[in-house]
Amino acid sequence: MLLQTGFIYFATVIVVCALMVITRKNPVHSVLFMLPLFFHVAGIFIMLNAEFVAAVQVLVYAGAIMVLFLFVVMLLNIQKERVRPRVGLKWTFTAPLGLTLFGFLVAILVRSQYNGTQGSFTIEAVKQIGNSQAIGQVLYTDFLFPFEVASVILLVAMVGAIVLAKKRLD
Amino acid sequence: MGIIDLLVLTIYIVAGGALIMVFTLLNTAYLTYYERKVMAHMQQRLGPMHTGYHGLLQPLADGLKLFFKEDIIPSQADKAVFILAPLMGLIPAFISFAVVPFGPKFTVMGHEVPLYLADLNISLLYVLALSSMGAYGIIMAGWSSNSKYALMGGLRSSSQVISYEIAMGLSLISVLMMSGSLSLVEITKAQAGAGLLGILPNWNVFCQPVAFIIYLIASIAETNRAPFDLPEAENELVAGFHVEYSGMRFAYFFMAEYANMLMVSCLAVVLFLGGWNPIIPRSVFEMVPGLGGYIGFIGDPAVWWFIIKLYAYFFLFLWFRATLPRLRYDQLMKLGWKIMLPVALANILVTGIVMTFLN
Amino acid sequence: MPSFSMDNMVSILPEMIVLSLALAVLMFDLALPKDEKRYLAYFSVAGLAIAGYQTMNLAGLQLDTFYGMFVLDGYAIFFKVLFYIAAAIAILISIGYVKGQEMDKGEYYALILFATAGMMVMASGADLISIYLGLELMALSVYILAGFMRGSMKSNEAALKYFLLGAFSSGILLYGIAIIYGVTGTTNLAGIAAFIQSGQYSGPALTLAMILLVAGFGFKVAAVPFHMWVPDVYEGAPTSVTAFMSVGPKAAGFAAFLRVFTTALPGIQPDWTVIIASLAIMSMLIGNVVAISQTNIKRMLAYSSIAHAGYAMVGFVSGGMQGVSSVMMYLFIYMFMNLGAFGMVVMLRKDGVAGEELKDFAGLAKKNRTAALLMMVFMFSLAGIPPTAGFMGKFYVFMAAIDAGFTWLAIIGVMMSAVSAYFYLRVIMYMYMKEPEGEFELAAPLSLKLAMAVAVLGVLYIGMAPAGLIDFARISIAGMM
Repeated sequence: MLLQTGFIYFATVIVVCALMVITRKNPVHSVLFMLPLFFHVAGIFIMLNAEFVAAVQVLVYAGAIMVLFLFVVMLLNIQKERVRPRVGLKWTFTAPLGLTLFGFLVAILVRSQYNGTQGSFTIEAVKQIGNSQAIGQVLYTDFLFPFEVASVILLVAMVGAIVLAKKRLD
Repeated sequence: MGIIDLLVLTIYIVAGGALIMVFTLLNTAYLTYYERKVMAHMQQRLGPMHTGYHGLLQPLADGLKLFFKEDIIPSQADKAVFILAPLMGLIPAFISFAVVPFGPKFTVMGHEVPLYLADLNISLLYVLALSSMGAYGIIMAGWSSNSKYALMGGLRSSSQVISYEIAMGLSLISVLMMSGSLSLVEITKAQAGAGLLGILPNWNVFCQPVAFIIYLIASIAETNRAPFDLPEAENELVAGFHVEYSGMRFAYFFMAEYANMLMVSCLAVVLFLGGWNPIIPRSVFEMVPGLGGYIGFIGDPAVWWFIIKLYAYFFLFLWFRATLPRLRYDQLMKLGWKIMLPVALANILVTGIVMTFLN
Repeated sequence: MPSFSMDNMVSILPEMIVLSLALAVLMFDLALPKDEKRYLAYFSVAGLAIAGYQTMNLAGLQLDTFYGMFVLDGYAIFFKVLFYIAAAIAILISIGYVKGQEMDKGEYYALILFATAGMMVMASGADLISIYLGLELMALSVYILAGFMRGSMKSNEAALKYFLLGAFSSGILLYGIAIIYGVTGTTNLAGIAAFIQSGQYSGPALTLAMILLVAGFGFKVAAVPFHMWVPDVYEGAPTSVTAFMSVGPKAAGFAAFLRVFTTALPGIQPDWTVIIASLAIMSMLIGNVVAISQTNIKRMLAYSSIAHAGYAMVGFVSGGMQGVSSVMMYLFIYMFMNLGAFGMVVMLRKDGVAGEELKDFAGLAKKNRTAALLMMVFMFSLAGIPPTAGFMGKFYVFMAAIDAGFTWLAIIGVMMSAVSAYFYLRVIMYMYMKEPEGEFELAAPLSLKLAMAVAVLGVLYIGMAPAGLIDFARISIAGMM
């Protein structure tokens, strides 16, 4: 009961914030609405007994990535975005299309059964060894290879940022 | 869980939260007094003297003054963001104190009462996550004021906070590697007892001196204090991101700044200075005849050790402010990215190698 | 907890060599003066040769490592060899070109190597997560390479378009992976297959996930209707990068596409056969027909690349040993002929600027017989005219389709090949029948000549003696099928 109420609260706020993000005229407000969104996503993670992911969600997304977004949006000072009409002729085609697709997805996902194989980390197991410990163990055994590949991806992103954005061309 | 238990838990949380709020508020107020006094004496002055005995009521007078000042919102400001910004700075700074372990559990009337509100599995990440929110207050204030000084201050400040957060986080990793937990209580407990050579306490500052120095520098830069106070460099930027703020809203920023300083000091005490573990072991006191009985008198002395270390660490902030000139912006960035970051990474590597060979 | 065995390190030896090579290139770049960056290219090619040698040493092994995340089998080795050759030829093509375009930086070669490593992970991934991460590593490197010519608006546009659409397609792919995980409870390919086999799943979610995966991979292999980015990106990106991009990521996309669908989703084969068959038809149709109207040779090759993805998909639809091996062979051949064609575009400079228009090739035969001859061989091969390799590739693909009962698909393929002959032969017509206008300038350093020699030998040799390659492909997948 408590869980359901909590989920409904978090989910509602997430959806409302997401809608606010795409409907605000001022891009800075859009970015700022993503902040409560991330916090509520973290809330859902906490309800799933994933405190570590929740903290990292706030730390990485809200604490680092969003600040970067905010920086960019503020410095660009996009006046054009504020006056441009949001709903145009295109919408008459795209909106029904998107809604139909959405309906399809929902219908399909609702009508399917989810009885896949269960993992070994039940809530009790996670509580026993501790949330961050459990993630650490899995990350450095089962997911060691993807984890290392991800680090190479970050390196490439860094090299790319320098190559594409460094001031001097030489 | 019965209804009574739930009620007790609620009362405990509310009372504990209120206690921590009071502690934090009092501290933010009196840290300004502490700062003014220390600075004054370092500069051969007296500091506040008139309000109360040796100016002891000065912080209250300041608060009262700010409370009654006119609240001005610039007409060109983005009103909603302008109002939200101080709160965005203040709230995360205050709620992060929930996980600070001021002292261990002690028994009152058969109940175990811990001297901390929550012992999360991830309390260190919780603190870091909330401290990274501080940048929002600054950046929102800078932007919404619609003033170029404020914007510049906000940009400088947030880029500084972000840059030094990385070095700070990395310096903490080597500590985490040694304690094997993200829980601040566990980290404190891991530092109990005697350490190196049997003389020094088993505090991380002795095992991880490099990490401590990086943390010290990063924590000063994180809180935008001198010599890293470029965001409010008054001769270039008037006052930085809060130049358009007045009255209570300005006070919020002020409080957030001191709460943040208090928080990084608490974190330094817990992570590096042994937390509530005594500076002079209990056994030494008990050797003095007649003193042993007083130890339990004013609560557990552990909490006093914590407070002493806290103010000692905070003293460093004031000392640096009174001593060092401000850095230039490029020097600041160079220090953060080209020196502290590689050193912190190397420190993690060395820690890992040493730990592998010692085990 | 299973222990960490030495097999793990053995199985990723090729990846480690390529990654170390990339890091070494980044490091040496600092030490080399500005005009000497070509040594990095030679160094990279030598390193790729070592990696290739080590990879061939591992042939015959069947290692399932990293807790089911990674697999080293013949299939992976086949594709890794393909990637090495593609990367090496692309690097050799680049040396002179990057200098002329002022993008002569060490990171260029490092990024090609990083992309190669990503493609290798894709070919070896035995889990949707490792495949996805390999794909991202490859894609990110190639996005950057596409925008490497910083001074050029077109290059910037190409990079941005590629990045935005690529990110979008990655999102779709991830959504598919998430649904598969939700339905089956695992991301391991073998685990997914076992779950489907056990008949526990019900409902259409799996089909939805499959469609999303088709969309995600379809983007990477540039199949219609996920091809919108191809012409602009191929045209805008630096030509040497386009050459690499048109063969490497496409082959890697197919490698992962084939592995996921044949090992994880054979249980719903009838479902995906229909979809991929229609993709194949659309790709062949739109690719070939639109290519006719192109006047820019890079754009033309872009549409031809879409069409070739369609041909390869015909073999995919056929399935089974024969179908899969025909796709592998097709990609191998396509690598040689397409790199050759782009190499010729790189070589040609007209009136001091890069010759990228069709009319820039007018009268090339009168000025430089060898260059025109090489271009003719590559065009013949792309059109699928014997005795070139392109013919053999198409032959095996269509044979596989007929044997699997998709005769109608093979007929469409042959018809579309006939259409394609028009625009490929038009290039030859321009070179041999038109009078030259303006000043030709063939920027052909030794490295580029070497690359073209390798490409043309590959095209001719496989065209005349395809048995070796098809046997290699068949032996490679013997363990998987």
